[in-house]
Amino acid sequence: MTINIYIPRDAGALALGAEKVAAAAREEIGKRGLDAKIVRNGSRGMFWLEPMVEVETAEGRVAYGPVKPGDVAGLFDAGLIEGGAHDLSLGKPEEIPFLAKQTRLTFARCGIIDPVSLEDYEKHGGLRGLRNALEKTPLGIVEEVTESGLRGRGGAGFPTGIKWKTVHDTDGPQKYIVCNADEGDSGTFSDRMIMEGDPFVLIEGMTIAGIATGATRGYVYLRSEYPNVHRILNEAIDAARAAGMLGKSVLGSKYAFDMEVRVGAGAYVCGEETALLDSLEGKRGQVRAKPPLPAHEGLFGKPTVINNVISLASVPIILDKGGAYYRDFGMGRSRGTIPIQITGNVKHGGLFEAAFGMTLGELVDDIGGGTATGRPVRAVQVGGPLGAYWPRDLFDTPFDYEAFAAKDGLIGHAGIVVFDDTVDLLKQARFAMEFCAVESCGKCTPCRIGSTRGVEVLDRLKQGIAPEEQIETVTDLCNTMKFGSLCALGGFTPYPVMSALTHFPEDFRPAPVREAAE
Amino acid sequence: MQQARTEITSAVEVIIDRWKNEEGPLLPILNGIQRELGHVPRESLPIIAEALNLTRAEVYGVVSFYHDYREKPAGRHVLKLCRAEACQSMGGDAVAEKLQKLLGIKFHETSADGAVTLEPVYCLGLCACAPSAMLDGEVIGRLDEARAEEIAAEVRA
Repeated sequence: MTINIYIPRDAGALALGAEKVAAAAREEIGKRGLDAKIVRNGSRGMFWLEPMVEVETAEGRVAYGPVKPGDVAGLFDAGLIEGGAHDLSLGKPEEIPFLAKQTRLTFARCGIIDPVSLEDYEKHGGLRGLRNALEKTPLGIVEEVTESGLRGRGGAGFPTGIKWKTVHDTDGPQKYIVCNADEGDSGTFSDRMIMEGDPFVLIEGMTIAGIATGATRGYVYLRSEYPNVHRILNEAIDAARAAGMLGKSVLGSKYAFDMEVRVGAGAYVCGEETALLDSLEGKRGQVRAKPPLPAHEGLFGKPTVINNVISLASVPIILDKGGAYYRDFGMGRSRGTIPIQITGNVKHGGLFEAAFGMTLGELVDDIGGGTATGRPVRAVQVGGPLGAYWPRDLFDTPFDYEAFAAKDGLIGHAGIVVFDDTVDLLKQARFAMEFCAVESCGKCTPCRIGSTRGVEVLDRLKQGIAPEEQIETVTDLCNTMKFGSLCALGGFTPYPVMSALTHFPEDFRPAPVREAAE
Repeated sequence: MQQARTEITSAVEVIIDRWKNEEGPLLPILNGIQRELGHVPRESLPIIAEALNLTRAEVYGVVSFYHDYREKPAGRHVLKLCRAEACQSMGGDAVAEKLQKLLGIKFHETSADGAVTLEPVYCLGLCACAPSAMLDGEVIGRLDEARAEEIAAEVRA
């Protein structure tokens, strides 16, 4: 029997040399005349172990990592294809604590299957959700999603079921499902990982959304920084179409649904849903005033569901196991699981899917293992460039939409960036303003002008010019941006700035006078 | 020059024909032109405007809005270096300094020998193996000074 050797084609693994490892493995298989083939899977999400090579043995999968191209011959010498012992042996991957502690619902197949094999997908539980959906009425599907308590995983946390219901109830000759795959937040890559590791789950989720709401066309708006996703997603869509999962009759049913990928052109603001719609229409990616809601007048003025990748990819498991099953994970009004991305200066960086409710400290210290540099953790930023900086004092905050909001922060797309004690929070606050200035769509004044003024004020602060006055100005400016901006870009930039200022005041009072005196 | 202009026109027309009957064709057309020609030449704008029944100003407005589109061709290699927070936390700023020094250019510039264009990018989704970069579409993780030197040598070769 041909033995499968798994070497990821996930961009994170590729960035660490997976392509060369795969080439070396291919050469060894040929040279040794082994009956083995290489499967290019997604990543399990443990990036300190990538490239991680796995072999299918009689006792299950055995993993090795991190593997360098130069290690490959030695691994084969050690009997890699029978799971032989080697210095890089990691044992069974599912028993590695980082994985064993997770609750993988959305990412159940990621890193396990061949991402572009529909057969593999189905063998591992794929399409069960869609088949169940086809047995239900559209409204029945919407009710299941509503019952699950699923909220938008892109950052806003709006209940997915309500969005779908609105589109379901709105009449229109053409409705659309738009997937927001413009994952631009630093510290996040869950969308990338699922689209590279299990693209069919997104296709299935979008198809279910289409059936539930009466939409027959879907678009994935993908950021241009993800060319590897583009290749894999297109392969998967072609395979789904060839197998009749997409097309005029979804799995032989009366429903039609088809989809395509559209690539952006490098604009962070297009992750905002209305700017994204304008961009898809071929315009400047400028934010629209709401109402009208996209659910009423969205893409090309038609009723449109616009959901984040992870929201849509969580739908198949909900339709497979039922809304109640999903809802039973989590805490408070944050139901189900969330893929948390532990990144930056961290020892064990990766993707950790867990029910809501773990504390920030558990995630950073216990799961992440502290910093990569070995220095103390001083701050973490949660939720991308618009998320707050958290000091250690607040590490007991549980991962929950409301708990984070109560402490003037946000979960956002659930990325955590860890910083050690060399971080300068004034510099980080300035970066937040600068980023907003670079990426502002320019439509509203608080964001467009406020961010530029913010950079200037923080620069004066850095120079030690009347610090108290600058702090007062920046606080006032943040207040204006927060309440006066049209969308989250200008509206949330105050989070990183004000949290840095509030929790790390010592960084905002430099001592230039003393320096000048020296 | 006349010939170059004709070549641009015919390349642009092929791309327009592929997309003009699709929904929201402008971005796919611009992406196609940039992929094919390495930039979006000024002379392509009136052709697009005409085909899509838009004004030249509208097309220019879109081109100038997005960071990806270049008005001039890039160098033989394009190096995109992530400047976002996760990469900052792992010494990305120092690597950026080093690379600018090694290449003798700043961000948004192309080296005089036309070898390389250096561009900032805000997140490549490689935040668990930061700092990261993308060289001609290939991703690179855990950049350090040694790797920066290798890259600088590679683009000059």
